[in-house]
Amino acid sequence: MSAHDRGETLLGGRRALDLTDERGFLCGRILGDLGVDVIKVEPPGGDRARNIGPFYHDVVDPERSLYWFGCNLNKRGITLDIETADGRALFKRLVEGADFVIESYPPGHMDGLGLGYQALSAINPRVILTSITPWGQSGPYSEYKATDIVSCAMGGFMSMSGDADRPPVRISYPQSWFQGGAEAAAGTMIAYYHRETSGEGQHVEVAIQQVNCWNMMNASQIWEFWHRNQPREGAIMRDLATGVMRRGVWPCKEGHVVFLIGTGPLFGPSMKAMTEWIESEGIDTSALQVDWVERGQTQMTQEEMEIWIPPVAELFKRYTAMEIYLQSVERHIMLTPCSNAGDFLHDPQLKDRGYWMDVEHPELGTTITYPGAWCQTNAAQMGGWTRAPLIGEHNEEIYMKELGLSPQELATLKGVGVI
Amino acid sequence: MGVFDGIKVADFSWAAVGPVPGRILADHGATVVRVESINWLEIARVLPPWKDFRFGEPNTSGLYPLYNTNKYGAALNLRHPRAAEVAHRFVEWADVFTTAAGPGFMKRLGLDYESVSKVKPDIVYYATSMQGQTGPHSRHVAYGSHTAALCGFVGLAGWPDRDPAMLYGAYTDWFTPRYAVTVLIAALDRRRKTGQGMYIDHAQYETAIHFLEPIVLDYTVNGRVFTRNGNYDPYAAPHGAYRCRGEDRWVAIAVTSDEEWQGLCRVLGEPEWTREERFATLSGRLTNHAELDRLLEEWTVDFPPEQVMAMMQAAGVPAGVVQTPEDCHSDPQLKHRQHFRFVEHTEIGPFGHDSPGFKLSKTPTEYCRSGPCIGEHNEYVYKELLGMSDDELADLVAEGVIE
Repeated sequence: MSAHDRGETLLGGRRALDLTDERGFLCGRILGDLGVDVIKVEPPGGDRARNIGPFYHDVVDPERSLYWFGCNLNKRGITLDIETADGRALFKRLVEGADFVIESYPPGHMDGLGLGYQALSAINPRVILTSITPWGQSGPYSEYKATDIVSCAMGGFMSMSGDADRPPVRISYPQSWFQGGAEAAAGTMIAYYHRETSGEGQHVEVAIQQVNCWNMMNASQIWEFWHRNQPREGAIMRDLATGVMRRGVWPCKEGHVVFLIGTGPLFGPSMKAMTEWIESEGIDTSALQVDWVERGQTQMTQEEMEIWIPPVAELFKRYTAMEIYLQSVERHIMLTPCSNAGDFLHDPQLKDRGYWMDVEHPELGTTITYPGAWCQTNAAQMGGWTRAPLIGEHNEEIYMKELGLSPQELATLKGVGVI
Repeated sequence: MGVFDGIKVADFSWAAVGPVPGRILADHGATVVRVESINWLEIARVLPPWKDFRFGEPNTSGLYPLYNTNKYGAALNLRHPRAAEVAHRFVEWADVFTTAAGPGFMKRLGLDYESVSKVKPDIVYYATSMQGQTGPHSRHVAYGSHTAALCGFVGLAGWPDRDPAMLYGAYTDWFTPRYAVTVLIAALDRRRKTGQGMYIDHAQYETAIHFLEPIVLDYTVNGRVFTRNGNYDPYAAPHGAYRCRGEDRWVAIAVTSDEEWQGLCRVLGEPEWTREERFATLSGRLTNHAELDRLLEEWTVDFPPEQVMAMMQAAGVPAGVVQTPEDCHSDPQLKHRQHFRFVEHTEIGPFGHDSPGFKLSKTPTEYCRSGPCIGEHNEYVYKELLGMSDDELADLVAEGVIE
């Protein structure tokens, strides 16, 4: 069953006006994947995020940003300067026919333009306004500046990431704005269901710091219960019941894998299968003569762990991470590779699922392979898989065909820099 | 009045990515029942922290309740031959059925989509798993720490001259349910309008890759493999975590423009080195970022991180304390947002439950109950919701079907 050829989408016929910058792109992207007609509203000349790399064939050009491509797939695009009175008037006309407005301006900015929730709801009481900011619309830090690393730091997760002898690290590819965008999509959909049953829209507002806090999993509760912060220990993962330091990340002949040695019902079967594999390779397993499954999960010591590690490390030195992974799938061993983008593209599982989507970019004279549907259903397709909009690509479609502006009016608005 | 009042969810899922969408529905009015086996405790029930260090008991973990607020708890021995019979009663009752199992497991229980939709043709069936319900690796089992590696994030944590660093917890378990719940809600909306159910096959792997989409395109287009680089950023310098006064205290600082650079220099009192030509432009600062990091840290190390953050922010420079979990509990912004909600758990007592990052102006998230103890609401669920008689329930308990 392929997710791509079902015709119907889940939210076809709905429309979103997307005023966000990179802090909020993903919200509209997710709605667009569900079939919403998302109109990306850019300032005349194009969004600043078009300058974010990487770039198609490394040519720095606002129409070649792969960051833009990825974040704005399945959207249409217009230019409009909502800082001008004419721009605001046009925007308000668009709001009349919109189901969603998404924005990521600093708190109060939309109110200052006369486009806050009260104003939009007076135009269209059914509209849902979604606001995405680093800290939330109010509060002591709401005016603070943020970048990805600042948001990661304040969300707690970063303090636990990295090597003990070096500074804490963020995930090297920025995540915070995606975290906020995905959360915004979830909140927006709750508001949408409410709108469909009650007829009333509302204001959804997202604080990205809070979303990042979820990445701590149980660490904030561990502090609350036990008054312990979790250290950052590099490739090591500490077992919290025993305090035993376990190796999590293992170097291989090429690449790395994640594997955890352990006993009891959760980890034992996997370690039993691993022991059998090691033995079949002719590696000395005398250190591994343990009843992995029957022994309790908390029945292990650091001294034992130290003698269990070498035969496993020896096996991993013989094969690449991918070879070890594929063998582990066969042998029912809980192990995964530390994949990179190249590994994704070659993964037989993703290929078998028909995951990759070729999207046409006629201006570049090519198609580009994109990650595909993030959910498969038996009833609806996901996305139209149309490339991100060019600057002002749908101006005529929207302003002339839909709003009924004359060519002269459009020319005038362009001339004064509104469009 | 909740948004999802009247929506009934039979939640047979586990861990985090399974139950989180159900939590979102429950927090907004849906009636959600977690159906669990006592003789096979799900992983979130055995992970720390444990109240009074009581490890291995079903109701002492402070983790499980986070993903199961406002749900009811029902115990069902899924290993019992009559389990399917009771499970099908749940299916008849429910609008939504959720599972976090790979293919095969639910089929053996007679709870795969084919079987369930025979009992309830308009069911919305949400199956989430690491790699999806089809394909050669669909049966590969692993935990969240492993999944984060498969999805590329562990390889992106740490330093280029070292092994990758483990990511704490189960990174992809938190953001992938946010995608999944959008589909789940859209499916409920469609069902309300058309009367049709839906089968949803959600693979964490396929969702998670979208959080790396631009660098995936960098590979498919330019053949480049992006890899971990500490805290380096191609658009900001200084950029990183800088040591502060105190034990293992750090502040994150990011200078993305000349204006912010000048603000930072003012905060430092414009020492001689800040006027060096090599630091005058962003490209110069990027080229010399290692030296810049060293010089900046010579200054930050004399101040507590809270003070550096306040001084930098006052000068318009993005900066934030690298907060520990402890710091997060006293963070005034998180307090203002009421991020931690102190809800009473039946065995643990009141403790802080994370709130979603969204706030809805007219239909706010409700905080009535913590996650249930296992089987905590058996009476209510089996009698009031499923309509069993006293005798019927007593019989199933006596047989060991209901625990």
